[in-house]
Amino acid sequence: MSTPTPIYLDNNATTACDPKVVEAMLPYFTEQFGNASSMHSFGNKVGVALKAARTKVQKLLGAEFDSEIVFTSCGTESDSTAILSALKAQPDRKEIITTVVEHPAVLSLCEQLEKEGYTIHRLKVDNKGGLNLDDYAKVLSDKVAVVSVMWANNETGTYFPVVEMAEMANAAGVLFHTDAVQAVGKIDINLAATKIDMLSVSGHKLHAPKGIGVLYVRRAVRFRPLLRGGHQERGRRAGTENAPSIIGLGVAAELAMEAMEHERTYVKALRDKLEAGILAVVPHAFVTGNPDNRLPNTANIAFEYIEGEAILMLLNKQGIAASSGSACTSGSLEPSHVMRAMGIPYTAAHGTVRFSLSRYTTEEEIERVITAVPPIVAQLRKLSPYWGENGPVADPEKAFAPAYA
Amino acid sequence: MWDYTEKVKEHFYNPRNTGPLEGANATGDVGSISCGDALRLMLKVDPVTEIIQDAHFQTFGCGSAIASSSALTEMVKGMTLDEAKQISNQDIADFLDGLPPEKMHCSVMGREALHAAIANYRGEEWSDDHEEGALVCKCFAVDSQMIEDTIRANKLSTVEEVTNYTKAGGGCSTCHEPIEEILTKVMAERGETFVPAGAKKAKPAVAEAAPAKLGTLARIRKIEEVIAAVRPTLLADRGDIELVDIEGKNILVNLSGACSGCQMEAATLAGIQTKMIEALGEFVRVVPAAKAQAHACASHAHGG
Ligand SMILES: Cc1ncc(COP(=O)(O)O)c(C=O)c1O
Ligand code: FES
Repeated sequence: MSTPTPIYLDNNATTACDPKVVEAMLPYFTEQFGNASSMHSFGNKVGVALKAARTKVQKLLGAEFDSEIVFTSCGTESDSTAILSALKAQPDRKEIITTVVEHPAVLSLCEQLEKEGYTIHRLKVDNKGGLNLDDYAKVLSDKVAVVSVMWANNETGTYFPVVEMAEMANAAGVLFHTDAVQAVGKIDINLAATKIDMLSVSGHKLHAPKGIGVLYVRRAVRFRPLLRGGHQERGRRAGTENAPSIIGLGVAAELAMEAMEHERTYVKALRDKLEAGILAVVPHAFVTGNPDNRLPNTANIAFEYIEGEAILMLLNKQGIAASSGSACTSGSLEPSHVMRAMGIPYTAAHGTVRFSLSRYTTEEEIERVITAVPPIVAQLRKLSPYWGENGPVADPEKAFAPAYA
Repeated sequence: MWDYTEKVKEHFYNPRNTGPLEGANATGDVGSISCGDALRLMLKVDPVTEIIQDAHFQTFGCGSAIASSSALTEMVKGMTLDEAKQISNQDIADFLDGLPPEKMHCSVMGREALHAAIANYRGEEWSDDHEEGALVCKCFAVDSQMIEDTIRANKLSTVEEVTNYTKAGGGCSTCHEPIEEILTKVMAERGETFVPAGAKKAKPAVAEAAPAKLGTLARIRKIEEVIAAVRPTLLADRGDIELVDIEGKNILVNLSGACSGCQMEAATLAGIQTKMIEALGEFVRVVPAAKAQAHACASHAHGG
């Protein structure tokens, strides 16, 4: 059996490094290995290249100054640094506002901080993943050290109105951080024109390598570093710079800006075609999140009465890579916290599949996926005790009656 | 992606005995859609001999849930109900050349469905005695519910005790933080405060409690005593241990049988080593005599 050419539709998990990124990085492993801090020409060239990369990232984010860009080791480090810095810099403020659908990089940290005595306000979402800004306004106060709200959700792609929320925080005198890991590189961002104080980026979501991130820190925002040591990053993030990756991220930032239009039009059209193609033939399936307000590359579809991991395994057999919010893919017992927060019924929450496209995705690939999905869903439904001849059994929770509850 | 064995994948891609079973006279339903897995097992039992003539399943669940169900239907065909009742969840996992620790509950569900079906056939009430929590210890596949229940029942107050009772935490030790959290919670229920081992963890210096240095013969005896003392536990787990040689500080042993994964083996050896050190009052290392053999075993456990 010949293995089919792989189709990668899991770009919200991570992306392939762009060959141009790799090419730009390679010299910095070999002849340009110097330490940018050193007082000799080995280091000097690296220093110049780092500066150029910083400028490119500054442009991508629309930041006013290049000194607002702090390179870190990943998106998670950026999130932790931002939140912990806000707490350290304002020891009298013991509250944090965030949302129930953040990435674990923020949620787990907040859970830990809660144990240490901080109060965490977790804003709820409606069934399309949207926030109620009145709820938000109610908890904004001078006791809050920082608001941390993601720009776009990694599972559904749904946007939060972070620009507006940052204005509200600013008016209340509260620092505002956004985890923009999924948004940066996919949509236009112009930080200089916003009141966002801090913003997290992760390189591997925009075709740069893994293990490189950025924390944007607006000028004059009080900041306390997570790692102290040498004077790298103006003392805001000690540790010898990961020069090859920073330079790679610079190139990736430049490429992302060039591809932004393509992302907004072509990639979006492919995503829409994928969704429409699947939903036209598969009954009892629906899009999760807000279809009218989300990233152009993300489609999250819930297939009722079947389980996500099983779908992924059958897709994988045909060379198609996607991901799922099912409990089984994570080894936990609960389906994704994002799906539960939106109130997606259990009959569907275990069967959510996320297809996330990139600028490399082709129409032919999308057509192959549209053909592949319906038989897979049908095959698994045939196995499911909740599915009858042509549809779900009447009152599935009752028809299937286990001896215990 | 999970590290599924070829057998699991094969049963998932080509599940046997699926769909409703014509003439079924025993049905067992377990799980629910909210839990993410549900299994219906249908049996056709000969009323005279009680031999299972046919078995079918319907499963809502992940790859290993479907594979476990398929395996179960193959295993029970031709058995009498009493024979089928002896099937343990480990047997189902073994039939599939093993399941990842996070997925062992799929095999548990299989066994439960079987018991439910048998009870259904015999007109008995069947009730599930097992509640499941999130997986805490990956090395030994122990979930939070199990740890909680054990702490409560035995009034445990240290991670070490939890390890002794449940095995959780006895391997790589990375699950000690969640175990401490469970201890904190359950101890609070009974009005106590969990005190982390802290200083205690730094282990009382071995020398302190150590007997005077042993003579060669006494030393060998002691080593043999420790081996004899741990054998019953291993035998109970369908394994065994044999002393091969003593080379200075290295005690060479053969471990066999229940080598259900390299971590498990390492944990067993580490446990025996601790006992040796205590008994001998000196630092020794317990090492497998045949490293090569140990490796073959480990790769078998993971099965590709
Ligand atoms: C929204 C969001 N935040 C944070 C992260 C973590 O980024 P990193 O993997 O670079 O630590 C991710 C990636 O998984 C993400 O999707
Ligand atoms: S995970 Fe518990 S000891 Fe390794």
